Amino acid sequence: MFTDIIKEYNWEQTTNLIYSKTVDDVISALQSKKPTIDDFMALISPAAEQYIEQMAQKSSLITKKRFGKTIQLYVPLYLSNFCQNNCVYCGFSAKNSIKRKVLTFEEIEEEVIAIKKLGFQHILLVTGEADVKAGAEYLAKAFEVIKKHMSSISIEVQPLKEEEYSSLISSGLNTVYLYQETYNKQKYANYHLKGNKANFENRIDAYERLGRVGVYKIGLGFLAGLEDWRTDAFFTALHLNYLKKQYWKTKFSISFPRLRPHVGQFEPNSIMTDKHLAQLIFAYRLFDENVEIALSTRESASYRDNMISLGVTSMSAESRTDPGGYAHPEQNKELEQFTINDNRTAAQMAETIRSKGYEAVWKDWDFCLQ
Amino acid sequence: MEPLKIADTIFTSRLFTGTGKFSSGIVMRDALVASKSELVTMALRRIDLKNQNDDILPYLQEANFKLLPNTSGVRNAKEAIFAAELAREALQTNWLKLEIHPDPRYLLPDGEETLKAAQELVKRGFIVLPYVQADPVLCKKLEDVGTATVMPLGSPIGSNNGLNTRDMIRIIIEQSNIPVVVDAGIGAPSHAAEAMEMGADAVLVNTAIAVSQNPVQMAIAFKLAVEAGRMAFEAKLAKQSSMANASSPLTSFLS
Repeated sequence: MFTDIIKEYNWEQTTNLIYSKTVDDVISALQSKKPTIDDFMALISPAAEQYIEQMAQKSSLITKKRFGKTIQLYVPLYLSNFCQNNCVYCGFSAKNSIKRKVLTFEEIEEEVIAIKKLGFQHILLVTGEADVKAGAEYLAKAFEVIKKHMSSISIEVQPLKEEEYSSLISSGLNTVYLYQETYNKQKYANYHLKGNKANFENRIDAYERLGRVGVYKIGLGFLAGLEDWRTDAFFTALHLNYLKKQYWKTKFSISFPRLRPHVGQFEPNSIMTDKHLAQLIFAYRLFDENVEIALSTRESASYRDNMISLGVTSMSAESRTDPGGYAHPEQNKELEQFTINDNRTAAQMAETIRSKGYEAVWKDWDFCLQ
Repeated sequence: MEPLKIADTIFTSRLFTGTGKFSSGIVMRDALVASKSELVTMALRRIDLKNQNDDILPYLQEANFKLLPNTSGVRNAKEAIFAAELAREALQTNWLKLEIHPDPRYLLPDGEETLKAAQELVKRGFIVLPYVQADPVLCKKLEDVGTATVMPLGSPIGSNNGLNTRDMIRIIIEQSNIPVVVDAGIGAPSHAAEAMEMGADAVLVNTAIAVSQNPVQMAIAFKLAVEAGRMAFEAKLAKQSSMANASSPLTSFLS
């Protein structure tokens, strides 16, 4: 189990090791055909910052060879903003007095039809943690409605039980995105004050449950803005390496959401700049040529445009973080989890991708394959 | 050049192509037309079987290629058979490129499941072209169950590494009674020519054309390389020899 592996590491020592990497370590990592986890440390270190151009060049080439000149498009659908957890950085947090809503199945269908009109075939369902109002049973029923209109279903919800994952896979689930937020166990408690999410182990063990039931794809990552991003990036890579070997039939996708403005007062503890995020994306691509890398509308339009050809493989567009927002954009604004940063329509995003010489891929899965 | 016959279909081009990784449908169509390829494979996962109104099919139908749907994405025989039936119904073809790779990273084919699926699909009337490891025994077993070809890989798909399995491919070609199509890893026209000179019946190329700076020109380069390799094979390539041919033979006293 990964919890056993992570016990062998000390957060401060690991951080020091990353910061002590030298230019020579970076050059050797850049020259390596198959960078090791130690090389990865060098690539995310401050010493690698001056090599960002070389990293970008290599990342761009490797990505093109493995994924072609394509960017996959997906869209999030927020089903519910009820949440039992109290997390200091999240707008849905139980302590925030905001309007709450869980979509009915009729409303879900309305949303999916609106989404389909935008061109999307891959949908990501998002909920806060509310095991009764929006638990596994609710999701399974939602799948039945959504399957009629979409080609692939992903979820980003609370960690579920093994049998719940298993049953959702047979109902059409393809991908599960689950972010550990931070791998710093001591500090994790400072951010996750109440609710199931306060249980670090339950969250980290969920990846094992997902692997055991053979989910098609697992999306992992950390929330940039909590602890030192370099150290969290290292532990995410260690986690990825472990999961790849352990659960060899599963695909992996990685992303690094940066904190966005939301209801609540939390100020980021650690700032990850645009340049840092780019360095991190390139480092991951050099480290693992097969991992999918997503860049959401948390990032700005110009930043996303520039990253299209440099290592990223999938992007969301025209996202709404308020349940019900696609069919009724005017009514639901106050329900949103956070404010997005790239407000272009899906059609505009697809056109931008094309103008960069890439194809916007709307469909890359079919329920007939599972 | 001799035409190639697979099942009941005659091909004049021995270059098969794929549709993934192109920067647009138009670039794809132009490159595939320039390649003169007649058989084009596409992933079911990319096609919208419900309304056939997607980014790939209209371009292929417009250019009149023979379609070879593939099962990329399935992880076992059962899923492959299910997907194959849907493809046959939606696309009106019983041709199928059978791809079963439970490993999503290197996309290496699962021989055991492929053999199982091939056996069933042949019974159900499919023309099966299986993507496999360069495993001579597996290739004979697939021939025995009635596949139309075997498609051994040169190196991992998309790697552009060339014929790293050449010794095994040589054995497969030597033993096979059905066409041998070298499928994956062909990254340069010289790799394609090498496969054809060895006696492969055809090659399938995708990544090397799709991600090149100039896909149309690269497609033509592959076309020429495949033709050159085939012509050389048919003209009986001069044997390479490491032994000297002595001008004063040692055994002349025997005659």
